[in-house]
Amino acid sequence: MSGLRQIAFYGKGGIGKSTTSQNTIAALAEMGQKVLIIGCDPKADSTRLMLHAKAQQTVLHLAAEAGSVEDLELEDVLRTGYLNVSCVESGGPEPGVGCAGRGVITSINFLEENGAYEGQDYIVYDVLGDVVCGGFAMPIRENKAQEIYIVMSGEMMALYAANNISRGILKYANTGGVRLGGLICNSRQTDLELELAEAMAAKLSTKLIHFVPRDNIVQHAELRRMTVIEYAPESKQADEYRALAKNIHKNKGKGVIPTPISMDELEDMLMEFGILKSDEEMIAELEAKEAAQKTMVTA
Amino acid sequence: MSLEYTNDRSFHEQIIEEVLAAYPEKARKRRSKHLNVVSEGDSDCGVKSNIKSMPGVMTVRGCAYAGSKGVVWGPVKDVVHISHGPVGCGQYSWAQRRNYYVGETGIDTFGTMQVTSDFQERDIVFGGDKKLRQLIDEIEMLFPLAKGISVQSECPVGLIGDDIEAVAKEKAKDLGKPVIPVRCEGFRGVSQSLGHHIANDTIRDWVFGREKPSDLEDPTAGFEPSPYDVVVVGDYNIGGDCWASRKLLEEIGLRVIAQWTGDTSLAELERAPKAKLNLIHCYRSMNYISRHMEEKYGTPWFEFNFFGPSRIEKSLRAIAEYFDDTIKENVEKVIAKYRPMADAVIDKYRPRLEGKKVMLYVGGLRPRHMVNAYEDLGMEIVGAGYEFAHKDDYQRTTSYVKDGTLIFDDITGYEMEKFIERIRPDLVGSGIKEKYPIQKMGVPFRQVHSWDYSGPYHAYDGFAVFARDMDMAINNPVWGKFKAPWAEA
Repeated sequence: MSGLRQIAFYGKGGIGKSTTSQNTIAALAEMGQKVLIIGCDPKADSTRLMLHAKAQQTVLHLAAEAGSVEDLELEDVLRTGYLNVSCVESGGPEPGVGCAGRGVITSINFLEENGAYEGQDYIVYDVLGDVVCGGFAMPIRENKAQEIYIVMSGEMMALYAANNISRGILKYANTGGVRLGGLICNSRQTDLELELAEAMAAKLSTKLIHFVPRDNIVQHAELRRMTVIEYAPESKQADEYRALAKNIHKNKGKGVIPTPISMDELEDMLMEFGILKSDEEMIAELEAKEAAQKTMVTA
Repeated sequence: MSLEYTNDRSFHEQIIEEVLAAYPEKARKRRSKHLNVVSEGDSDCGVKSNIKSMPGVMTVRGCAYAGSKGVVWGPVKDVVHISHGPVGCGQYSWAQRRNYYVGETGIDTFGTMQVTSDFQERDIVFGGDKKLRQLIDEIEMLFPLAKGISVQSECPVGLIGDDIEAVAKEKAKDLGKPVIPVRCEGFRGVSQSLGHHIANDTIRDWVFGREKPSDLEDPTAGFEPSPYDVVVVGDYNIGGDCWASRKLLEEIGLRVIAQWTGDTSLAELERAPKAKLNLIHCYRSMNYISRHMEEKYGTPWFEFNFFGPSRIEKSLRAIAEYFDDTIKENVEKVIAKYRPMADAVIDKYRPRLEGKKVMLYVGGLRPRHMVNAYEDLGMEIVGAGYEFAHKDDYQRTTSYVKDGTLIFDDITGYEMEKFIERIRPDLVGSGIKEKYPIQKMGVPFRQVHSWDYSGPYHAYDGFAVFARDMDMAINNPVWGKFKAPWAEA
């Protein structure tokens, strides 16, 4: 088991975590790695591109049907997807009821106890948006994921989320040994995005693992419930994901304890890059606007 | 007939210093506010109360669920109370309070039964509302004579945010009976006290304020009022207490239209607003609803005390003031009737109990209410404290206790042990958790939550039992055999 790599993808909701993680996993599988994906999101869409369908049988729904999680067998929940990647979805309650966080804890414990990790090279956790409670921090703690990869972009809220997730990692870094593997920028084509991502990585004492450019082919593949690696293996975008996978593979044991920054520092940095305007700038802008309106009225 | 004595102020101050000295600084500072020696004429006992217990000390406080299910709602006998959550809370609080009631258990009354939704992992993850609906249907099928159902929330229900109010509304409509959701999750508040308050509020909102289907008859429709209608509020009928009190009130010509909540029915809860006077026994657990009834229905309330003949006489006369001369005359007749009996009890036991020193540590009422009952027997109260009292309880205590009495709020295990060691009282009155360690210290002990499986202690009937029990505890020959035979010199 010493060779087993356990990694997790975190990031702001809607940033493209599941797409990025599945494309990366497909590339890792191409490299001959045996991978198990554990989807830790009640929406259960972390394995859709590997299975070419949304997983119907999640751990928690099957457990609820059977009575309890002890009544389940591993075969009931494991599915094999593209390039023999093993897929499990934790599942969870519909929005607004119950405790999805407890569900993540239940599923991960079940999988570990039942030997789902045996014979794998990689365990990849794909976790929902923010680390809203202890349950969603499960992969970070208790020596589960060794490295966390944060999917982000040049948008302000994505950077906030990246900083927050780093704080979560820092909290468990001393007790559980988890490390920040690095940032993955999933481009939204904002201004100075690459520079901002690199600056953010530097602030957090980590590095930008890969900058994934925006390409519509991702969308086309996704509509067909496929990764780009499978849908358009010759495409440039597929190579980007292959590069990302290689970088992660090479990054073994190179994770760091992150140094999250204060809100003030983060805002200063955003101002530096012109994403967030200072109060003075905003006032000046407002005055200019009003002056322009006045001239229009007088004219 | 008030007993004249004072307690040793300087000694009590000294032992407070002694126990505080053992604490680290922060703990010492916090605990020092909960210990005091009361002075004659004080308006307050001078201790802080209703504050979170300190981590690391032993406290005997309960939780909000204990306050609602265990105290206020539990004794309502024709309602099935669901312990909603994992099995433990209901299982370990099962039928512990000796709330006596009349009825066929499992047929029309359910007081000593334990009903729980027994949460499993999946109920936490997917929410427990579905299970709650199913459970309510099952209860209706098994116990069609139940007049209503209460849902007593345990901690996880609040954590996962189940909407038990929505389920209660829906099911109340289905069944045509009240279903009362009680948000008494144990993590709320600092002790059981908040649970009492929450339970009171649910009586206000879900019993008095219940939305009744139009086809349902008004539950109080056939009620014919009389000018002498009273409700006994906050008597939980421990060992039959409420029956003894009720008998006495009826003897003076009052009509007890409800007793809350010992041996009570849902109908009695519903008709209480029709009373002319609310007589509060346990002020701490039911002052909230009494104040509400005063505001909403204009019903006055009075905190009466039926422990020991001197307080019984005082209370009866005070109660009579709310009514006409008939009642006043009756009261004097009743007092005259019972005085010889009370005197006979005192004549028998006082010589055996005279001058004995008592320490009391109970919930929110008895540390003051019982004082005069002991004094009627010639006994002296050296120390008194409450588990979960508030400021107003400590204000109400000063008129009971003598100068120099040691006062302790939410006492820690260590403090209690040290105080007993230093004072060596002749009797300690407290709960089951204190009983055996204290008896092992060689100090006579009586449980004054459960009356040590005896009772009643209320009213004249109760006083005779009380006197006998205290004598039994203190003058038990076992205390003379504490020294090992070989240690005798």
